[in-house]
Amino acid sequence: MNRRLLVAAFEREEDILGATRACRDEGLKVIDVWTPYPVHGLDQIMGMARSRLPLVTLILAIIGGGLKIWFEYWTTEFSWPLNVGGKPWDSLPAFIPVTFEVMVLTAGISTVVAFLIATRLWPGKAPLTPDPRATDDRFVLVVEEADSTFDVARVTRLLEGYNAFDIDERVVGQGEVR
Amino acid sequence: MAEAPPATRQPLILGEKSLGQVSRDILSLVEGGATPLWWTAFLISFTVLMIGAAAITYQIATGVGTWGLNKTVGWAFDITNFVFWIGIGHAGTLISAVLYLLRQRWRTSVNRSAEAMTLFAVLCAGLFPVIHLGRPWFAYWMAPYPNTRGSLWINFRSPLVWDFFAISTYLTISFLFWYFGMIPDLATLATRAKSRLRRRLAGFLSFGWSGSTSTWLRYETVYLLLAGLATPLVVSVHTIVSWDFATALIPGWHSTIFPPYFVTGAIFSGFAMVLTLLLIARKTMGLEDYITVRHVDAMCKILIATGGIVGFSYLIEVFTALYSGDPYEQFAVVNRAFGPYAWAYWLVIACNVVAPQLLWFKKLRHNMLVVWIISIFINVGMWFERFVIIVTSLHRDFVPSSWAMYRPTIIEIATLAGTFGLFFTCFLLFARFVPVIAISEVKGVLGPGHRHEEAGS
Repeated sequence: MNRRLLVAAFEREEDILGATRACRDEGLKVIDVWTPYPVHGLDQIMGMARSRLPLVTLILAIIGGGLKIWFEYWTTEFSWPLNVGGKPWDSLPAFIPVTFEVMVLTAGISTVVAFLIATRLWPGKAPLTPDPRATDDRFVLVVEEADSTFDVARVTRLLEGYNAFDIDERVVGQGEVR
Repeated sequence: MAEAPPATRQPLILGEKSLGQVSRDILSLVEGGATPLWWTAFLISFTVLMIGAAAITYQIATGVGTWGLNKTVGWAFDITNFVFWIGIGHAGTLISAVLYLLRQRWRTSVNRSAEAMTLFAVLCAGLFPVIHLGRPWFAYWMAPYPNTRGSLWINFRSPLVWDFFAISTYLTISFLFWYFGMIPDLATLATRAKSRLRRRLAGFLSFGWSGSTSTWLRYETVYLLLAGLATPLVVSVHTIVSWDFATALIPGWHSTIFPPYFVTGAIFSGFAMVLTLLLIARKTMGLEDYITVRHVDAMCKILIATGGIVGFSYLIEVFTALYSGDPYEQFAVVNRAFGPYAWAYWLVIACNVVAPQLLWFKKLRHNMLVVWIISIFINVGMWFERFVIIVTSLHRDFVPSSWAMYRPTIIEIATLAGTFGLFFTCFLLFARFVPVIAISEVKGVLGPGHRHEEAGS
């Protein structure tokens, strides 16, 4: 099913914050806002939930560290015990440094991989953007014309109140924003 | 946490830049093509790298007998270089991770190049233990993998194994952090690219970054997580490096102060190297508006602080020896300061303890040439500090009949020079092909009250 979208560009951080808040207050459906840098406060205005990625980091850190310490015990105590300088088989303090390093390694890599999965980014993907200049010097707001009560003229006036320019209407397929 | 800095403070970025201006300024270095200066620097670095490559090839083909080591001094130049390069790397992580967690917003102008410096320094450092193996083609034996030798596992109680894990983790996480921070900037590069090849390549490497708020939200979460992981990592890496020494029973090495002493020393030397590089970069690449006197000033203050801790550690070493009542420990300290390598010891004191004291004066901190010269002094001093720690502790051991002197051979010196060649070659390629300053982060700190309009359009 096709969707009708209203795309507006802004030049300032204050304007995009104000316009987004106004659209949310009007009950309009804001698809997303594209910005050249992370604009703080925008996620709260858009009512976005906090990311659950820290959970991935925590779980993978525990799994990575746990597996490593098990491996160290298994190799030095069971698989091939070697007496090194009469040290005890259970050398827990000596096992900690490597366990820590492996924990950081698994947590770090898996967090980035989880990020790429969650945001659906991969090498060579074509960017899903209403305006490529959003990575350069523009802030872009996209509102969906969700129902028949959507008054294009009124919303345009509302956005222009926040110095919007390049406002245009687009009809796109499901899952597109271009 | 995004409150405005007090009005009396200097802005982080000078020249009232607009967003487009920032992209243009920083990307013009990539888009502008190579200057004759760049080519000159690159060719010199590359030549030095090739000399190093020849030296490494020769010593691997012949054996470690090409080094100046003897049976008394079994660790010297090679390990000195290893600790030196690892230390250089630590400032990059400190700037990118620790200063991020501490919300020091001035880091945005310098973090990208400092992270790149970390990556290349760790690369140089990693070479040395591998060469030192003598048979580097067996380097993979350091990894625990099921093998046909009965599955003989590595000794997880050995600090050298800890080192292997620490360095490889550090290299990987540093790369992740550096690349992850660069994804939005690569997208900017792709958007602005005129040539088809650059647009394709930068677009491919930017992972389809679009800058939507939902992505930024997760991006910032991940950046914070990586910073939180990298901060203890950087401390652990140099702590483990110091354990390579501290767990041995050699007087002068066997000391509990080694971990904090090495970590601060690493940060101290790393910041000196950041200053050495960035003061040249800001001048030759016209980045004076981005890397301002305020940035240099802040880094100088870190030098004073870490230099102070390093000087204090030198004092504590003397005190510990004195207080221990151990004649061997006391001899090691006296031999360090007044033995045949006394010149190196006093050079270290002059470079690391005396020279940074000049930075107490604001006038000198704001004089770029003076700061640059002091940073060179610290680089030299920190290299010699490791040399003194390693060689003077070994060369006069418990039995006077086995006392010996160490002097490096030309092969070892060429290898050290070669790593400098590698470091600068990598850094120059970095400065030429990717944005040297984190564009999206700089845009975020342009400050309130700024205008985002382009001047003409």
